[in-house]
Amino acid sequence: MSGAAAEIVFDHVTKRYPGRPEPAVRDLTLTVPEGAICCLVGPSGAGKTTAMKMVNRLIDITEGDIRIGERSVRSLDVTELRRGIGYVIQQVGLFPHMTVADNVATVPRLLAWPKGRIRQRSDELLDLVDLPAVDYRDRFPAQLSGGERQRVGLARALAADPPVMLMDEPFGAVDPITRNRLQQELLRIQNELRKTIIFVTHDIDEAILLADRIAILREGGVLAQYDAPDAILARPADEFVERFLGSDRGLKLLSLRRLDELELAPLDGHDGPRAPGSTTLRDALSLMVTAGSRSLVVVDEDGRPKGVVELDALAEIT
Amino acid sequence: MSDFLAQQEPVIPDFGEGSDCVVENRLFCPDWVRDNWSTVLQPALIEHVKLTLIAVAIGFVLAFAAALFAHRYRLFETPFTVFSAVVYTIPSLALFQLLVPVTGLTVTTVEVALVGYTLLILFRNTLEGLRSVPPDVLEAARGMGYTRSQTLWRVELPLAVPAMIAGLRVAIVSTIALATVAALVIPEGLGYPIFLALREAFKTEIIVAGGLAVGMALLADGLLVLVERALTPWARARRTA
Repeated sequence: MSGAAAEIVFDHVTKRYPGRPEPAVRDLTLTVPEGAICCLVGPSGAGKTTAMKMVNRLIDITEGDIRIGERSVRSLDVTELRRGIGYVIQQVGLFPHMTVADNVATVPRLLAWPKGRIRQRSDELLDLVDLPAVDYRDRFPAQLSGGERQRVGLARALAADPPVMLMDEPFGAVDPITRNRLQQELLRIQNELRKTIIFVTHDIDEAILLADRIAILREGGVLAQYDAPDAILARPADEFVERFLGSDRGLKLLSLRRLDELELAPLDGHDGPRAPGSTTLRDALSLMVTAGSRSLVVVDEDGRPKGVVELDALAEIT
Repeated sequence: MSDFLAQQEPVIPDFGEGSDCVVENRLFCPDWVRDNWSTVLQPALIEHVKLTLIAVAIGFVLAFAAALFAHRYRLFETPFTVFSAVVYTIPSLALFQLLVPVTGLTVTTVEVALVGYTLLILFRNTLEGLRSVPPDVLEAARGMGYTRSQTLWRVELPLAVPAMIAGLRVAIVSTIALATVAALVIPEGLGYPIFLALREAFKTEIIVAGGLAVGMALLADGLLVLVERALTPWARARRTA
């Protein structure tokens, strides 16, 4: 089980803990398409992490089944299953007594790859997560910053090229600037590798930024809504989802679109602030508000005006 | 007349030449040490090293096995702790007295007692070391597909090394000190010259034998520090980070 991505299917999955009347996850059914990032979000106690940990059987499924690429996770030997799934956690959990290179090589060593291939692979991955192997491979985790540790954690999870990755609030413990860099980094890497990723977060903005699909869970482990980020923002399924998205839901929606995606009106002597086509609509709106203008001029790479976006067009975006 | 006197046996037998120092019974006589090194001191030192190493080695194996067992089965922790703590509190003289009727005036008696005194510290430290592994590290290990025994041998034990060596340092130093009492049971170790010298006014023997025990303890402690450094380069990385 390595290489190409695989679809993950939750099929009526329920988790009950003995001695507790209410299930932690209740009848969860959803499909994460191959190569997609699915963010599980929701308040604490909504069973996000529980749902995720049932995929690599760190938590046993009470009822229902989870399949990765048609194969039930129950049908596989548990250690084999786990070695085939990348796993990243918030506290990273690097082995303090191993060098960075040995940490990255954890799963390849468990799989008994030849030594030369392991060394080559861990160097390759360190470079991928932007930690030059020459500088980093012989360091110990204690000698890294929080952001660097999380990069090593990501490289370690990717080492055996698993089709599926589980990430449990991986960027929850780093400062906002580092978090943003790591998020962009993850998107860049995902663009290259196309893994199927289940990503647990309580930060809806993080989910909107990263996810192809968002699953919003509510207390008691019930799935409230499962859809693409823009669809959820545009059409929340109920009041709970609406509240969870927050009152700046409209702005979040605007942040998902870029000026390039709009049909531009002709210049026709319109004026206003200028912005390139890669600007998000949220930033465009902000520019108009701060400039006190009802329109904005979209320019190409050379700064030549291409057309105009009017305030009204933004309001009709949904 | 003078011939007659010359032929008499001397009234005082000739025990050889004592140095002035020995004759005058000064506090410390290097001559005595040189004269008695190969006959008294060196054998005693070698015996002492043996007594200590055997005791600490056996104690370590027993405590290590017990700690692994208690790590796996928590129920076992309290009984073993109580047992080794009770042994630890028995005064050594009393323990020797208790054992002599069973095992006689033998090395076994000495070793059983010495091993007994190492158990508590080695058991506690090994177990604490195994338990000191951060939960996130264990979760990562499990999540990546380490089996239970792989987690033990590749993660928990390497991370327990500093605590284990800290325990060994205490155990070896206290065993070296305690092994001098073995002379009550067997004529071996650095305790024996001390024991004999207690009956005499001559101090050099006590000072040298005691000094050798102290030196041995310092050396053993230093060696273990070096072993720890060699085994745990990562722990130093943490300090310099």
